[in-house]
Amino acid sequence: MLELRKDIFADERDDNLKEIGKGTQRQDMLGHVTGTSTYFDDHKLQGMLHMKVLRSQHAHARLRRIDTAEAERSQGVRRIIRGADVPRNLNTLLSLINFGKDDEPSLAVDKVRYKGEPIVAIVADSPREAHEAMAKVRVDYEPLPAVFDVEDALKPGAPVVNEVYPKNTFIYHDVYDHQKLRFGDADRALAGADHVLEQRYQMSPIEHAPTETNGSIAAPDTNGRYVVYTSTQALFFSLDTSAKILDVPSNTFHFVGGTVGGGFGGKVDTLTEPLCILGAMLTGRPVRYVLGREEEMQFGSPRGAERIYLKDGVMRDGRIIARKVRAYFDSGAYTRLSSYAVVKCVAHLPGPYTIPNVHGDVYCVFTNRTPATAMRGFGVTAMDFAIECQMDKLAHLVGMDPMEFRILNAYRDGDMKAHRREAKNCALIECVQVAAEKSKWTLREEFRRMSSRKDGGGGRAAIPATPGETRPRPTAPAQQRTAYDRSLAAPLNEPPREPPPPPPSPPQPAAPSHGATRFSSVFGTRRR
Amino acid sequence: MSKIPLQFRHNGREVAIFVDGGTNLLVALRELIGDMTPKFGCGQGGCGACSVLIDGALHLSCLTLAETVAGRSVETLDGIKQGPQLHPLQRAFMENFAAQCGYCTPGMLMAAKALLDRNPQPSRAEVVEAISGNICRCTGYEPIINAVLAAASGGRASA
Repeated sequence: MLELRKDIFADERDDNLKEIGKGTQRQDMLGHVTGTSTYFDDHKLQGMLHMKVLRSQHAHARLRRIDTAEAERSQGVRRIIRGADVPRNLNTLLSLINFGKDDEPSLAVDKVRYKGEPIVAIVADSPREAHEAMAKVRVDYEPLPAVFDVEDALKPGAPVVNEVYPKNTFIYHDVYDHQKLRFGDADRALAGADHVLEQRYQMSPIEHAPTETNGSIAAPDTNGRYVVYTSTQALFFSLDTSAKILDVPSNTFHFVGGTVGGGFGGKVDTLTEPLCILGAMLTGRPVRYVLGREEEMQFGSPRGAERIYLKDGVMRDGRIIARKVRAYFDSGAYTRLSSYAVVKCVAHLPGPYTIPNVHGDVYCVFTNRTPATAMRGFGVTAMDFAIECQMDKLAHLVGMDPMEFRILNAYRDGDMKAHRREAKNCALIECVQVAAEKSKWTLREEFRRMSSRKDGGGGRAAIPATPGETRPRPTAPAQQRTAYDRSLAAPLNEPPREPPPPPPSPPQPAAPSHGATRFSSVFGTRRR
Repeated sequence: MSKIPLQFRHNGREVAIFVDGGTNLLVALRELIGDMTPKFGCGQGGCGACSVLIDGALHLSCLTLAETVAGRSVETLDGIKQGPQLHPLQRAFMENFAAQCGYCTPGMLMAAKALLDRNPQPSRAEVVEAISGNICRCTGYEPIINAVLAAASGGRASA
């Protein structure tokens, strides 16, 4: 039971949080309509210099030689920054929570792995002079074979995109090349199904295209620190990432943000801050680094594309008895957040439906495309697109109304989900009923009467025998319940029960030095 | 590089600056005059975030050479309030939840003002047409259209 010590904060605010229907004004609205909301680029600092970044023309190439001699002499140039100038020129975003290996340089040194990858940064008195100097940098590329397709990338002999991951897949727990979900025996169930439907789904990368492009302004502060105005959506994440790359304590920086001109997930990757701050460190001047629109589209990370194969077994009465999923998440050339997207994707399988046999294999694959990142439910939305297309096709196959077909298969309270957690506070049936009503779609009486609160649990709460599982687990692990749960299974003051035996655990990486328990969905550990 | 002297009216005040040849009006307003209300979104005339009025007509300041506004009147979002009083369009945007991230809002308001200044009672279709050059990536177009129509009908009520 999660208990909030409300008494401690009793004086601070009342508990009446009923805001629905009231119409509450945004606190930033006055600033928005008067144009006084301060975005990062609205700061004008004395003596500010401008940074531009030379980017790779090739999707995959060895860098034979980078000649900046002529650019150094170009008018207005204050400093040219190369990979060797970056204190720790290798990072992966989720290293802050000890997840994944450092795989991405701030400035490419020996190789470029996607078109648009930064190679050299130029700090000059004006944007024009920085551009002019950029045109004078000579890069001698040796183009390499590139791979742009997730399945091609996994074939033997495929070009190695990123040497940190030589098999072109992210490696989970130091061992596994994909995330796996096993629940029941999908193959056997498919063999006994009345109909089997196998389909392939493919989505494209999607660019967030925020109206304000990514950027930051960094300036030496009066106290030896650096103040950084930034477009970031994740202020402290970007601060810590910058501190790691620049190899200084995080209290070296004072990040100022919060007013973001559209993000949607595309402003969490700390694309500009480390180089911008480094520019300020090396010149002792304020430096402004803002992506142009073309850079935002080419270099700004998109929602990663996914290829999804679904194979479902359905009975004539409409029950789905097996779902087999094989999916490939296109991470682009570096990991960024895609490793986590795959974890989320697998946790979401098989969608909000009670299916007794589920089999999932999802890969985080490296290709020579722009690295992917967060965007509005990333890892889940594409899978939902595939699953819901599939649901319509399955309904058609068994001659059922697609709405009724969803109600029939929906999670009900007390059902066991494929990742062995009990379904609670389900509402899909009610949502479908309301959607049908609003769209004047006729549901048969028995489907109008169905409820998420009825007919769940019982046999549907069982964990089926799963081939390959070393130890049978008759019950699901105890779950934390909160006051928001519809019904509490145990009286509130019941003494704690002995926890069930832990499930067989996969080989674990070495104990991380810090922070590992903060991100429960990645490590499977409870947030403390 | 030799500088070009440039004099124009900025929100009713006479200003004089020196610009490099090729400087666009957006840079002149933001970096030389310090009016941060027009925003940079694309620099290609694709998004409308930099929209300003030149002699009352809507223009994209990122595609306007600064020197072409010599002797003319440039109006930005910073100039549409009457003292502390918000412009009816600003009030209508507030009341109709017509901004999310706020970055397109200055351009939207200038496009809307250009419309209402020449057509105080626009139809919904005319409002849609008027803001069709302004991209809102938070996709809040409906509240924006409603706000412009509300400002227009509010103007009629008080007239």
